[in-house]
Amino acid sequence: MAKVKVKRHGVSLDMTAMCDVAFLLLTFFILTAKARPDEAVQVTPPTSIAQTPIKDSEIITITVSNDGRIFMGADAQPVRLGMLEKMGEKNKISFTAEEKEQFKLMENFGVPVGSLKQLLDLESEERKKEGVQRGIPCDSVRNELGDWVLYARMYNPKQRIVIKADSKSEYKVVKNIIDALQTQKINNFNLITGQENDPGVVPKKKKG
Amino acid sequence: MAEVNTGGGDKGGGKKRAKKMSTKIDMTPMVDLGFLLITFFILTTTLQKPVVMELGMPAKDEEKKETMPLKESQAITILLDKGNKIYWYQGADPKTADVKVSDYSAKGIRQVLLQKKAEIGEIFVALIAATDESSYQNMVDILDEMAITDNRRYALVDFAPAYKEAIKKGEAADAK
Repeated sequence: MAKVKVKRHGVSLDMTAMCDVAFLLLTFFILTAKARPDEAVQVTPPTSIAQTPIKDSEIITITVSNDGRIFMGADAQPVRLGMLEKMGEKNKISFTAEEKEQFKLMENFGVPVGSLKQLLDLESEERKKEGVQRGIPCDSVRNELGDWVLYARMYNPKQRIVIKADSKSEYKVVKNIIDALQTQKINNFNLITGQENDPGVVPKKKKG
Repeated sequence: MAEVNTGGGDKGGGKKRAKKMSTKIDMTPMVDLGFLLITFFILTTTLQKPVVMELGMPAKDEEKKETMPLKESQAITILLDKGNKIYWYQGADPKTADVKVSDYSAKGIRQVLLQKKAEIGEIFVALIAATDESSYQNMVDILDEMAITDNRRYALVDFAPAYKEAIKKGEAADAK
């Protein structure tokens, strides 16, 4: 018998369908995506059954890390600039135009105002290193956090306070923040939490 | 990369017409690019959108206006302590109250809240106070329990010195 020579075919696959799927997914992700903000510290908030989605404009976010450091940031760049200028005036520190520009780009920060200049000189990667940002002081002796929030709200009083604390952080720290802000008659806070299913023990009435 | 498309147009024989060009394009690089971008977007986005829990604190130092007097029997005080412990009692005076121990599980404080609400009715109020040793998780958990049991009448109050006694009593009850 004659040997049948197996003809070598190029393995040809129709990639069109796969390509369609890939780009469909890509479109989906682009449309639903919200870029992860470049934050100074990673925080895992506790979970709750709350349903209210977070507003992403006109907010002041106060972050508490698991070791109790306090970070703060406003979402709008003009607010950031405004509060930096006011804070500089109060503490008699003048910031250069370049430093202001840097500050405008920072999502949040966690240093006493005295060391803010050093922080602004660092590269954005170095700012996240351990021990660089020690937290904003917030106690009865030095209530810098209160000042920052006050100046930020002076710029835009409609801003809401959002507290994003790590589930392992101490209640004491959060209580301090709340107390400090209550002296400014801020009584409503939004606590960021992860989602959890409602066990449905009690049928909920609609709010309103 | 493997050569994929080896055209399909050139069958031998017949008249030589204008060569029909294959319209097939090698899609592989395009697919590669697509998936690369997908990977990038997945990695840089936050998948779970965080939600917010609203917390309204009672206003401080405001003139006490007309407030409805609260009967002691209508209130329970919930104390959060270190080690995920909850102590609670009914009434306003920790000295005379019978302090009980509870926890954050579904069978713990949730049942207490449901039971008390059924007993006392809509007027039932929960006062929540936490010690400095309790964690933020505890605070969110208890607020969450309030949401789960659909209890709108609660307040997060300062830890008054009188509560210490209740905690001591609770610890004693826990040790039994």
